[in-house]
Amino acid sequence: MALATPPATATPASSASPPGTRKSGTGLPPVAWRALATALLLVAACALPFAISNYLVFQLTLVIIYAIALLGLNILAGFNGQISLGHGAFFAVGAYTAAILLDKAGMPFWATIPIAAAICLVAGFLFGIPALRLEGHYLALATFSLAIVVPQLLKFRGLEHWTGGVQGLVIDRGDVPAGLPLNNDQWFYFVCLAIAVVMFVLGANLLRGRIGRAIVAIRDHPIAAASMGIDTARYKAMTFGISAMYTGIAGALSALLAQFVSPDSFSFFLSISLLVGAVVGGVASIWGAVFGAFFIVYVPNWADQLTKAAPWAIYGLVLLGFMYAMPQGLAGLMRLIGKRLARR
Amino acid sequence: MQALLHQIFSGLANGGIYASIALALVMIYRSTHHVNFAQGEMAMFSTYIAWTLIQVGFPYWMAFALTLVFAFVSGVLIERIVVRPVEDKPILVVVIVFIGLLVIVNSIAGWLFDYTPKTFPSPFPDRPWYGSRYISAHELGMIVVTLCMLALIFTFFRFTPLGLAMRAAAQNPISSRLVGIRVGWMLAFGWGLAGVIGAVAGMMTAPIVYLDPNMMAGILLYGFAGALMGGIENPVGAAVGGFLVGVLENVAGAYVVGTELKLSVALAIIIAVLVVKPSGLFGKRLVTRV
Repeated sequence: MALATPPATATPASSASPPGTRKSGTGLPPVAWRALATALLLVAACALPFAISNYLVFQLTLVIIYAIALLGLNILAGFNGQISLGHGAFFAVGAYTAAILLDKAGMPFWATIPIAAAICLVAGFLFGIPALRLEGHYLALATFSLAIVVPQLLKFRGLEHWTGGVQGLVIDRGDVPAGLPLNNDQWFYFVCLAIAVVMFVLGANLLRGRIGRAIVAIRDHPIAAASMGIDTARYKAMTFGISAMYTGIAGALSALLAQFVSPDSFSFFLSISLLVGAVVGGVASIWGAVFGAFFIVYVPNWADQLTKAAPWAIYGLVLLGFMYAMPQGLAGLMRLIGKRLARR
Repeated sequence: MQALLHQIFSGLANGGIYASIALALVMIYRSTHHVNFAQGEMAMFSTYIAWTLIQVGFPYWMAFALTLVFAFVSGVLIERIVVRPVEDKPILVVVIVFIGLLVIVNSIAGWLFDYTPKTFPSPFPDRPWYGSRYISAHELGMIVVTLCMLALIFTFFRFTPLGLAMRAAAQNPISSRLVGIRVGWMLAFGWGLAGVIGAVAGMMTAPIVYLDPNMMAGILLYGFAGALMGGIENPVGAAVGGFLVGVLENVAGAYVVGTELKLSVALAIIIAVLVVKPSGLFGKRLVTRV
């Protein structure tokens, strides 16, 4: 749905302006068109769960959750230029925080999300401090090791009382609030959608403002950024924290969606999935997170049908293909198509 | 005391494997400043080739030699076909290509050979070495093979014209090109050699951990830790670092954190080295010019 909408709304933008004139001549300015497209997308996203089966609602909820996580990774890798191969770890921390609070402390599910966010913010910030001294490959290495170690930590017998060890935890997020004409899947879909909208608006504002320009400046030329008076170290650690917070919120939501956490759901391949999603969607792009999320939810299914044996090989080939042919990802492709259409 | 000695010796044996992987990583890092995340998977795949050859009926050392040839050729091909096009791209692109490679090799191995662990023969006798209680023959063999390989590599780089050319290409590509060294091929050879070193490590470790497509993930991590500890620019340092990591991991696993959390030792070492002394024990400090 979301995949199809942006180009479709890009078309009226160009057809509204008569041929031959510049597009600023008549009709609405591009900013308004973008707002209109976003509004349409939101209306569609609100209407959709009433038209499709519960299973599809579940899948779309997963897409929304991954989109939040990918936005976090995009802020870090795409806008700030810090590579993380270990975001699955923060996803896991978020998920386990929510699960443990729900299961052991008996909190209502909505209360666990901000706590998971706060814990991941701190964890990311703390991991970001040693990461400050690392660039490029070294950072990739440190986060790579984080991604491999976390599942082992989750299985650790000393923490079994909290984490449920190898078995994991089964949780229950509770019923739909009384009086709402929704079933449980639809209810949680709207919860996730609302959180996603808030997180995307916050993220877009953050990146558009002074802080966002500083984040991008650090990526493009760290030395120039520092000499402009940007506290590179503080911004980098902070970006790491914010990124981890986004991913942690997504992790918490995913635990609440599945109502189950286990160490094997957070293997190294989750981190790779997130990386694939970010790259395919377009790393330095906010909408890229949405495209990427559709990709990592739906493409493994299709790949599974194509060849039962090696869906991950297809993932890998797609990764290589995008790197060689389309480093800007799907968001870059959309931008290109939009430009072509507008020029005509 | 005896238990501690035993831990140290088997740590040294594992350390040999980590040293090999660390060495393979350093080979590639020195010439291109890339960290090859697919190193472990390449080694794992070569080990599967050796397993297949042995299944078909080749004698062990014959299969060993053929596998090394395969590892060399595949290393060269991967460099020329997959890595070359992204050589000068931003680091994010390079890292993602390596991750893509890791995933592809891993799942192809799973597809061809399935995921059930397989036993892999050891070329060394299956009894303790001369009645020693501290070390098995295979462990000793592992150490010896690793040391031989290190000596060979050192000799190759120090005393042969090709080794000299490869060092030159890594040090200063532009000048090397001017004196007629084909830098591109030297990089490819470096990848081939890294593949060979990895394959030896894979074949030495498979009898202990059993052969399966995911066997190298942890080992790669220890290899990284070893390479970083010794200084990622320095081959001798990487080998020493690998052995050190092996001993540390085993001793810490036995007495401090328990076997379940052994991998965390690697993470702790990596982060500690990166925070305290990013250039490693034997590395040179890098100074960036503004």
